[in-house]
Amino acid sequence: MKTAMRSAAVWLCCLAAGLSAVAAESTVELEPMTPNLEDKPSLQRGMALFMNYCIGCHSLKFQRYERTADDLGIPHKVALENLVFTDQQIGGLMETAMAPESAKNWFGAAPPDLTMVDRVRGTDWVYNMLKSFYVDEARPFGVNNRVYPNIGMPHVLMDLQGTPVEDCRGYRPIDILDGEDAVVALVREGEGAVERERNCSFIEVEPGTGSMSEEEFDQAAYDIANFLHYVGDPGRADRHRLGYWVLGFLALLFVFATMLNREYWKDVH
Amino acid sequence: MAESPPVRALPRLLSWLNARLPLTETVEYHATKYYAPKNFNFWYYFGILATVVLGIQLLTGIWLTMSYVPSGEGAFASVEYIMRDVEYGDIIRYLHSTGASAFFVVVYLHMFRALAYGSYRAPRELLWLIGMGIYLVLMMEGFFGYLLPWGNMSFWGAQVIVSLVGAIPFVGPDLMEWVRGDYLMSEITLNRFFALHVVALPLALVGLVFLHIVALHHVGSNNPDGIEIKDNKDERGKPKDGIPFHPYYTVHDFQATVVFLFVFCAVVFFAPEMFGYFLEKPNFERADPLKTPELIAPVWYFTPFYSMLRASTFPLFGLTAKFWGLVVMGAAILIPMMLPWLDRSPVKSMRYKGWISKVMLALFVLSFFVLGYLGTIHATPLTTAVAQIGTIIYFAYFLLMPWYTRIEKTKPPPERVT
Repeated sequence: MKTAMRSAAVWLCCLAAGLSAVAAESTVELEPMTPNLEDKPSLQRGMALFMNYCIGCHSLKFQRYERTADDLGIPHKVALENLVFTDQQIGGLMETAMAPESAKNWFGAAPPDLTMVDRVRGTDWVYNMLKSFYVDEARPFGVNNRVYPNIGMPHVLMDLQGTPVEDCRGYRPIDILDGEDAVVALVREGEGAVERERNCSFIEVEPGTGSMSEEEFDQAAYDIANFLHYVGDPGRADRHRLGYWVLGFLALLFVFATMLNREYWKDVH
Repeated sequence: MAESPPVRALPRLLSWLNARLPLTETVEYHATKYYAPKNFNFWYYFGILATVVLGIQLLTGIWLTMSYVPSGEGAFASVEYIMRDVEYGDIIRYLHSTGASAFFVVVYLHMFRALAYGSYRAPRELLWLIGMGIYLVLMMEGFFGYLLPWGNMSFWGAQVIVSLVGAIPFVGPDLMEWVRGDYLMSEITLNRFFALHVVALPLALVGLVFLHIVALHHVGSNNPDGIEIKDNKDERGKPKDGIPFHPYYTVHDFQATVVFLFVFCAVVFFAPEMFGYFLEKPNFERADPLKTPELIAPVWYFTPFYSMLRASTFPLFGLTAKFWGLVVMGAAILIPMMLPWLDRSPVKSMRYKGWISKVMLALFVLSFFVLGYLGTIHATPLTTAVAQIGTIIYFAYFLLMPWYTRIEKTKPPPERVT
């Protein structure tokens, strides 16, 4: 009853406020990323990365290994030997080995299932989020994220990327403020004093700390995002292929339908 | 060439059947000897297209039901099971989800046709009322069906609409519990919505569609000139401006159906989410009573009415704004039923009505689109004000109709169709 009352109250507040829900999301501009479902090597690398770095905590519990392996062109034996680290069968769902109870203890909340993260948040978001971790000692896991502020997980790809630190640029006096967004200067009202703020939205990787170069890591993030785009709706590529045939058939049928129609209607005046 | 025995047996089979069932009689009455005006234009395709979509929805619905699990635990996962593990399941599901939107697209166009050519006028008042009944059932069908995937928008959308019942004075809260069958949206709600969506409402829908067609064929179709073709018959009693529905309109409608299916399949195969308008992003997340989507917006076909609901922002006569929103929304949905008695024009078709009618219809359509758009975005004081103006225009189209259709100067309609 209490929950009902509360949800009713929440709804009433929402209605009163004209449904102006508080935006909890960060408003960082996302670098666009175009997925490519025909790029099998990318999808395969994405799956390999996911299996090595993500599935320890994040399940893809609606998707099966078999379907994934088939769609990505990976032989079942290869998939089982190299990509399935639990004792699951090829027909099993891609579940995480981590028990939800322990997950709750370690992270405060069970890591979400990521089968549909691409459809809920978008491919751009996944790609950018993977590239937006930075060291922040104030956070429990020592890292924070530009795209997902106060993220409750460690930066599992740190070994690959290296140590990403906030890079504050554009510490320049107010008088040379120009169109560049690297400079943000504020004039506090009433005080007349000029406050300069540094823009720390840049992330710089400490050289030599990661096993991948910047380009390689970008590609890795792309591959994971691409793979999750596939997992979000695995039938997409097949539907596109079939779709052209369907539309082609209908286009052809239209020609005959038009001829039939014209034949009958020539008598109508 | 001699006919083979099966072919010779056909007329005998037919006469055997006809002695026991009005088969030939029915086909003649509804198709081969049903005379439809020969001047149907583009706007006359949408009735048949609505029937086509109904067929798509029934077929795909049956197949979805084979794998769908109506339970709080299983619903969301079963939809993803259909999407991934059922052969062609994703296509069946997208046909159904796109079909829901397509149904409203064709029905709205069909209704617009009736407004433009006065198809609701005597002797077609009952036809119009049955049609409105179909529209109401369709809205309920869409609403109940939207809960079934048990996504987060399913949950919160249904929560918002069901909670409206709670705004009714005195009995509201109890009534709300009765509708939900629980203190909050739950598996019990899901199960009853499922029962209504797959059994009760489709039965009602098919029954009403049957009545709609029977009533139509009884009074005969209207046409873009809004004149009765039955007033001009030849010596054999057949309307001079009529042509048999079959084969003329069957081949005509077949062509239109192919075009429709082309567009429909383009959406199904290449853009089933329709950029978030047909399938909303938060619905790919399982229902979570603790996590409200950033923006709760119904699917596009409800948004004009949702806007009107939100446009009611002040209490009146001691009743809450929310209650008045419910009243405004309900009235907006029901008021088209009054059309046959609101329209006092001597002519039926917009072609011969005066300029006020034309302007009012244009404003009405505009308000419907604007309200529809506003219902998909966050409300701000500005958009609320625009929605209020839109609501007034929407109602003005109906409530001022007895006045403006009487005073305006009309053109005389022709004797025969043009």
